Order: sequence, then structure tokens, then C-alpha cells
Amino acid sequence: MSPLVLAAQGEGFTPPGKEDFWWPILGSDTSAWTLTRPAVMALLSVALIAWFLLAATRHRSIIPGRLQFVGEGAYGFVREGIARDLIGSRDFLKFMPLLFTQFTVILLNNLFGIIPFVQYPTMSRYGFPVALAAITYITFHAVGFRKKGFVGYFKDLVPPGLPGWIVPFIFVLEFVDKFITRPLTLSLRLFANMFAGHLLLLVFILGAEHMLLTGGPGLKVAGILSGVLAVVMTFFELLVEVLQAYIFTLLTALYIGGALAEEH
Amino acid sequence: MTGEISGSLNLIGFGLSAIGPGVGIGLIFAAYINGVARQPEARGMLQPIAFLGFALAEALALFGLVLAFVL
Repeated sequence: MSPLVLAAQGEGFTPPGKEDFWWPILGSDTSAWTLTRPAVMALLSVALIAWFLLAATRHRSIIPGRLQFVGEGAYGFVREGIARDLIGSRDFLKFMPLLFTQFTVILLNNLFGIIPFVQYPTMSRYGFPVALAAITYITFHAVGFRKKGFVGYFKDLVPPGLPGWIVPFIFVLEFVDKFITRPLTLSLRLFANMFAGHLLLLVFILGAEHMLLTGGPGLKVAGILSGVLAVVMTFFELLVEVLQAYIFTLLTALYIGGALAEEH
Repeated sequence: MTGEISGSLNLIGFGLSAIGPGVGIGLIFAAYINGVARQPEARGMLQPIAFLGFALAEALALFGLVLAFVL
């Protein structure tokens, strides 16, 4: 984006843009193999989750300790609040490892967006949500094909009892929804939420800094207000980050449940 | 005093396109709150449905955001 000019001051302020999301650590800008900040953070998140879950389950007791309580709370939330409701009590246990992994990985990587000193949501690079959505995509189609057979799965796209002329239209609509729209929205939702949230925080924080350092008295007041709003927005981001982890897991469970369902 | 504002017109389009999903999300949560107020024990059942509707409506706004940066 072109720089926004603060007319009254005549000072240039470069607003944050998509360039602020490119953080190479090793390698050059042009190389296809570059170690970037989000890649390091994704690895860090896996190590942290593994450490946490191992620590939470090491000393299991009937009266749970603090770590065990948090671990069981998260697991219970995914199991009872998401998986059992949406997949059904017969099959849901098989999918718990997938759902719980997705929930914890997305939650921690999103929370990185507001944790001090890390402060960068991994999922604001589109590659990470695409990989996660691809796992969901392959899983729910594989489950559907295995359950209903190749022809049966396509036949099941159209609900029974429709008049003949409408069947092709519904088939195309359902096909586009299941095979194109679902993976696209699943990955885009996570990516765009994290991208927009991080950009929003950058706008408020960099704007506050610029106005406080270079502005006149009026702009200094605006800068303080902008700084206060940055704090408010950080709490709003916390809500969005937890919500997105919940929604991603919810939709994965819903798609798997839909593929397993007998009838429409 | 004359000023100059430069920037991407795409973002104005995104702002306009966010109105629709905004209204939609409001309607969804209004219905959810209504439902829970009338029948508090139905909360567990309504919650996934409400968030599902929220996610679907929100996706439209996010398409606008992504396209505003891509185009």
C-alpha cells in the first residue's frame, strides 16, 4: 500500500501492510527454502504442547493437580463440547486425537499473537492454515468414501425424494460446497482472522508510537487514545483467537459427522 | 490547508462488503440470545449452531478482506 501522508505534520507515516508479515531468519528473500519466524514458532508450539501434555499426564491422580486440571479441562471441552455432539457418541473417539491436536495447535499458535516477546500469530501466513485444512479435507472425504463407497458417496450428495429436474442443480451445488468451498473457507477463515487481527494491532500500536513521537499536542492526545485502544484490541484478539481455534475444530467435527451420517 | 490522502480503494470496497455479514452476525446472535433466554437448558444445543452460523456469515466478510489485499 502507498504511504498515508499525515497532511498537517508533513511527516511520512508508513502504515503496516502485508510486508510486515514476512520475517526470514535464515535464507534470502528469493529462495524457496527460507526459515521464517512463523516456521520456528510452529515448531516451538509443538514442543510446548508436547511438554505441557506430558507434564499434565505424568502424575495422574484422582484429585487432579493444577496442570492435570487444565489438561483434562481442555481435553474434556473438545471431547464433550465438540466431538460427542457433532460426530455422535458411536464414532467420536476415533477422531479425538485429530480434533484435540488441531484444537491445541491452533489455540497456542493463535495465542502467540498476543503473548509478549512472541507477538506474531503463526496462522497469519497462509501456508499453515492450508496445511491444517488439507488434513481436515482429506480426513472427512476419506471417511465418507470408506463409509458409503465411491458411487454411494456421490449419490449421497443429493437428498432423496427430490423432483428429477432439480437433482443435477443440487448435485452441482453440493459438490462445489463439499469439494471447493469447504476447504477454502476453512483455511481462509483462520488465516484472515489472524492476519486482520495482527494488522489491526499494528495499526494502533505503530500509529500511537508515531503520533506520540512526532505529533503536536492534539496528535499526542490522539496517540494516547490509540494506545489505550491497542490494549482493548489486544483483549478482543484474545477472544477472537480462542474462538477461531474452537470454530476450526467445530467445523472439522461437523464435516466428519456429516460424512458419517446415514441419511440427510 | 490542503491535504492528500492516498491508499487503496479496495479497502473502501471491503468496508462496504463488511456491512452485510455484520448485519448477518448480529441477527444470528440475536436469535441465539433469544433462544437461550427462552429456554436456558437448550444452550448446549444452540451454541454449536450459533457459532456455525457465525462462521459461515463471517467467511463472506473475510473473502472481502483477502480480496482487498490480493486484487
